Amino acid sequence: MPIITDHLTYVYGAKSKSKKTALDDVSVKIEDGQFIGLIGHTGSGKTTFLQLLAGLIKPFSGTVYLDGEDIFAKDYDMKTLRGKLGIVFQYPEHQLFEETVFKDVCFGPKNLGLDEKEVQLRAYEALKLTGFEDDNFYRSPFELSGGQKRRAAIAGVLAMKPKILILDEPTAGLDPGGKKEILDLVKSLCKNQGITIILVSHSMEDMAEYADRILVMNDAKIVLDGTPTEVFSHYDELKGYGLNVPQVTLAMLQLRECGIPVRTDAITVEQAKKEILRVLR
Amino acid sequence: MNTEATLGQYYQTDSVIHRLDPRVKLVGTLLYMISLFIFNNIFCYAIAAVFLIVVIILCRVPLTHMLKGLRPILILMLFTVIFNIFFTPGEYLWQFGILHISKEGIKTAILILIRLTLLIISASIMTLTTTPNRLTDGLEKLFAPLKLIKVPVHEMAMMMSIALRFIPILMEETDKILKAQTARGAGFDSKKLTTRIKSLIPVIVPLFISAFRRASDLALAMEARCYHGGEGRTKLYPLKYAARDILSYVFMGIYIISLTAVGIINAKISLVNAIADIVSK
Ligand SMILES: Nc1ncnc2c1ncn2[C@@H]1O[C@H](COP(=O)(O)OP(=O)(O)OP(=O)(O)O)[C@@H](O)[C@H]1O
Ligand SMILES: [Mg+2]
Repeated sequence: MPIITDHLTYVYGAKSKSKKTALDDVSVKIEDGQFIGLIGHTGSGKTTFLQLLAGLIKPFSGTVYLDGEDIFAKDYDMKTLRGKLGIVFQYPEHQLFEETVFKDVCFGPKNLGLDEKEVQLRAYEALKLTGFEDDNFYRSPFELSGGQKRRAAIAGVLAMKPKILILDEPTAGLDPGGKKEILDLVKSLCKNQGITIILVSHSMEDMAEYADRILVMNDAKIVLDGTPTEVFSHYDELKGYGLNVPQVTLAMLQLRECGIPVRTDAITVEQAKKEILRVLR
Repeated sequence: MNTEATLGQYYQTDSVIHRLDPRVKLVGTLLYMISLFIFNNIFCYAIAAVFLIVVIILCRVPLTHMLKGLRPILILMLFTVIFNIFFTPGEYLWQFGILHISKEGIKTAILILIRLTLLIISASIMTLTTTPNRLTDGLEKLFAPLKLIKVPVHEMAMMMSIALRFIPILMEETDKILKAQTARGAGFDSKKLTTRIKSLIPVIVPLFISAFRRASDLALAMEARCYHGGEGRTKLYPLKYAARDILSYVFMGIYIISLTAVGIINAKISLVNAIADIVSK
């Protein structure tokens, strides 16, 4: 189910004095089963882009094709889109509302019009998948810790079994352990079930480790697009966009400056280790 | 979200009216409204209209912007006018069943239309030219004497300004939650009223929880910065009357006097007319 955006543009307050172009003429193609990382400094338009892909806001001009169908066409049934594409917002725990976690997770699949049995099965599966403890299934979501709430909220989206999963900074405010668990879960969804992932993160290290392809946004435009190794080779450019390369890449660049002839395209600790050992031998 | 001009939302520009002390504007608006109710004849309205037009010109808010804000009230005005035209008893010009148009009806309808327009415009000028914060400052100062009889004036003003401050935040929050639940397949456009009310639960529950969370956070933050109510508290920008404020009070006085004069003359003339009527009979 490839996603294609065609000259997608979005303007906040188009009619008022304080116009703000949050997305400017973006055309990209997103292939099936890819893990896409989206990076860009604060206010570069990432959230706006994701909301357009999910059909939650209408573009100023241009459009989005999902499966070859224009999702903003008049006769397009948004229900199809909701079943295919799931979106986890920044701080998704703020959307919990039911009396129990289990009921809350059921909300999405129920809206898809599935029968009661299927709904409960999916909810159970999704909660298991996110590593949610069984004891907490029937507790009120408001009694849980932040991390547990986050899991419950993500399960609520997974239970809809989307083919495309969009996550807007899903790890913000989590401890390193919780963060890794969520990212590992997302990666396994991508690998084992072939779900397309689009994930926003401010951590270059995570992006280097998990993404297959990175889109870099700056000032409402996509300015860099490629594999992590390609993207992180543009050190100066990224600096100019208020971003950075992973810490290890930075370390390799500095080793090189000190006269040690290492290649500087390592982006993960593992790659850096190999490269340093190669030079030392 | 609808970010169009709403009735009387602050309009940023620099004008004499904007710079006036909020107390002057509060007292002025109140006096003006009372004057419209006391002197309800066409001559007095003419004076009131001239006075208002001068203020409109002085405050430099575009007329189109002001009228845009009136749109939501238009229906109410229309209703009042129609009601008055058709149901006022008097000398009938046209009749059909219980509907009739009388001379008196037309006269009152016109007067009410003028009065409503003047009232609404004058009230919206006050809020268009004064920030909510300055408005509450003005109210606090005006009602300060009530502190003597143990009315918590400062606390009430503080509550009001916090409430006003929270409106845009909660609107944004509503927008976010709406989008999140829409993405989970929630529908908000059902035809059946009961389903429609039910569909609001996933939005209202998280909204209330977030409002409570924000309120308690704010209370903590205020306490942490040693806020303890109004006693002994000083202002960063204390309200002080300037020459232009005194002058405005003078103009207000002139307005009231001239209106009273016209009102009395008008009353006398109609009295004389009435006596002449009786005598001629
Ligand atoms: N509701 C809105 N009304 C007006 N302008 C908005 C609105 N939402 C976002 N913007 C503006 O659009 C631009 C892009 O915002 P967006 O939320 O897409 O950024 P972002 O890349 O997601 O940032 P962050 O990393 O902080 O989440 C910003 O400059 C922002 O000020
Ligand atoms: Mg964002």
